This record gives sequence, structure tokens and C-alpha cells, in this order.
Amino acid sequence: MVGSPQALLSYVLRLADDNLILGQRLGDLVSRMPELEEDIAIANLALDHVGQARNLYQYGSELEAAAGVESPRTEDDFAMLRTEREFLNAVLVEQPNGDFANTMVRQFFVDAYQLPLYDLLSASADERLAAIAAKAVKESRYHLEHSSGWVVTLGDGTPESHDRTQTAVDSLWQFTADLFAADEIEDELVAAGIGVDPATVRATFDGTVADVMAAANITIPGDPYQRIGGRTGFHTEHLGHILPEMQLLYRSHPGVTW
Amino acid sequence: MVAVTAGPLWEVVSSVPDPELPPVTIADLGILRSIHEVDGDIVVTITPTYSGCPAVEYIESQIVVALVEAGWDRDRIRVERALSPAWSTDWITAAGREKLATSGISPPRTSSAGEGSAVGTPVRLGPIVCPLCGSSNTSEVSRFGSTACKALFRCDDCAEPFDHVKEI
Repeated sequence: MVGSPQALLSYVLRLADDNLILGQRLGDLVSRMPELEEDIAIANLALDHVGQARNLYQYGSELEAAAGVESPRTEDDFAMLRTEREFLNAVLVEQPNGDFANTMVRQFFVDAYQLPLYDLLSASADERLAAIAAKAVKESRYHLEHSSGWVVTLGDGTPESHDRTQTAVDSLWQFTADLFAADEIEDELVAAGIGVDPATVRATFDGTVADVMAAANITIPGDPYQRIGGRTGFHTEHLGHILPEMQLLYRSHPGVTW
Repeated sequence: MVAVTAGPLWEVVSSVPDPELPPVTIADLGILRSIHEVDGDIVVTITPTYSGCPAVEYIESQIVVALVEAGWDRDRIRVERALSPAWSTDWITAAGREKLATSGISPPRTSSAGEGSAVGTPVRLGPIVCPLCGSSNTSEVSRFGSTACKALFRCDDCAEPFDHVKEI
């Protein structure tokens, strides 16, 4: 069984949009980190995420061409000309940077999700997705090491850093289930051996989160409320503020290249 | 389709320097994957070190420039990218490691962190040695350095900071 071209494109865009929007959020922080080394680290993280997004958008463009779309969208078209409802990222990545604890907790949740995701995706029946994932998984290992280290340092640090970390976890936890929200697109691609079963990724994610939160003396909220919808284009208010800034140049100068 | 592994064509392409680590060439780093002659066209295949490596496009342009300067026809040169198999620091040649070390950059240790379980930290393989004084008494200053492929270390004996190419 082979996944339909439309399902595969949506799947690729979901993966790509997570990386682009997080990369854009992290890019905002360059020159604003609490110390020089962290500033360089945040730029490196942003670069990896944007690079992964580019690899995926380029594949999306080729999928449209292969499906016979008359003028297939380019990677820039995907990033710069879609509206809020057309972005398919999980709502977690669009949440504001907040303080340093908030930035690192958000990053940790994403890293704990992406590492098992890319690891499993590198065995995908789709060779191109497998190649993109095999490259990205090496980067994710460094990301998770970095963000989990900070979560433990801050959570197990001073009363102030602990409280800020706990506040960040309390406010961001409600956006984590959206990372694993599955619909018929996932079902179809998992059945075809192309996509990764979100439940399998979730099991690894839960183990990583439990270990790191225990080491950080941080409690995972008991409140079961979860905000989902990003994978089908229903976002929190924040994405609508990211897009105009990110897309201004491209929309003001149609066809511009850099 | 003929694979080119020696001769003037190989010499020109393989000696293109890496823009971020100029002492070493793209062949030393293992970025250059292959050169083929296909119906009179030259097809050079390279692989990026990291997904977001900003040097890739520049490297592609430098390969074309080097070939055109050596007399090849611009219209018959194609530079292609291969993501698979994913680049590993294990592909850096012995000569490349030597050149990195003499330039004050600590080369990656072999047997990369690319192996291992789904969840885990990058493998740390023995001490990282100061490329300036040879001491193993070094510590990490920042896991992320001046380029995507490097971390920043400090020698605790000679007190000099140095770059280390991260194992992936």
C-alpha cells in the first residue's frame, strides 16, 4: 500500500512547519540570550530547525511537481505565501519565547518529541523522508542534550529558577498533546510504512519527560486540559503575529530571492 | 556514466577549500561524495554536514568557479546534493584531521555519535585533547560553537580556548 500524494504532502508540511516556526521563534532570540555561549547555541538550534524545514519544503515542492501540479510551489512559497489556517505546525512551537526557562522548556518538549520521531522516520519506506530524518536525528541528539541539561540546571537550581521552570512547565504542558494528534493522514501513512505512529513516539517522549522532570524536581501538571488543532490549521492567537513579520519581505517584493 | 576518482578533474574539485574551515578541503571533510561524467556533463555530488549548513550553497558555487577557471564549460557542470547516507565526522580523512589539528582545531574522535539508541546523549569518546599544547585536561565551554559543526572548549593547562569538531 502506498500513501496518497496529498496525504504525503500534508505529512511533510506538518514536519516542516514545526521546524520553520520554532526556528523563527529561536531566531528572534539571537543577541538576547543571558550569556554569549547561549546566544551562539540558540542560533545553532535555529539554523538546524530552519535547515530541516528547508529539506522538507524542497521535498514538498518536488511532490507537487510529481503530482502534476501546474506551477508547483517553491520552498519559499510554502514558507512565505501560506496563511495562518494553512500552517500545520503543532501549537507548542508557536508559543511565545517568554523567559529563558520558558524557552528551554518549550525546546525540551520539542526535542523529546523530535528525537524518537526522526529515529523511527529514518526507517521510513519513503527514501527521501528517511534520508532527511537520518540527517536530522543526529542534530536532535545534541538539541535534547542541551535543553534537558538546562531544564535540570534551572529546575534543580535556585528557588527563583525552580519557580520559573515550574511556571513554564505549567503553562506549556497543555500544548504538548498537539504534537501527537493523529488523524486519517497519519493513519494512512503509518499503514503504508511511510509515517511514524504518534503513539510510539509518545511512549518515548513520556519516558524522557518523566526522567528529566524528576531530576529537575519539577512536577508535571495534573490538569488534563490539552489544546489541539495545529495539525489541521487551528492555531493559538500567536501564529497570526509571527507570520506577518516573517513573511513581510517576501510578500512586499514578490519573487525576491536571497 | 563514468566515476572519476583521479586525474585533473578530481584534482580541481577535491582541492576546493571548506569556507568555514579553510585549511581543509571538501574532499578532506568527506563532503565531496563523487564525481561522474555523464554524456559529457560533469556531475559533482556533495553532502551537507548539517541540515542547515549555510556554507553548502557557497561550496556549490566554488566548485563551479574552480572548474570554470580550469577550463571546463559552465553549461556542462552540475552540482547535486545527496542527503543519504547522512554525513558523519568519521568520513574526515586522516590528512584532514592532521590539517585541523595543526590549525588549532581539535578534530572529531572516530566512531561517531550517530550510532546508538533513540534516546540518549551524544557519545563522548575519551578525552578531547588541546590542539595547542596536547593536554587532555580540557573542558567544554559551549556545546555549540562558531559554526554548526563545532563546539567550544578550553584547555585547563595552557588556558587557551579552541574549537572542537563535534562527532556526529
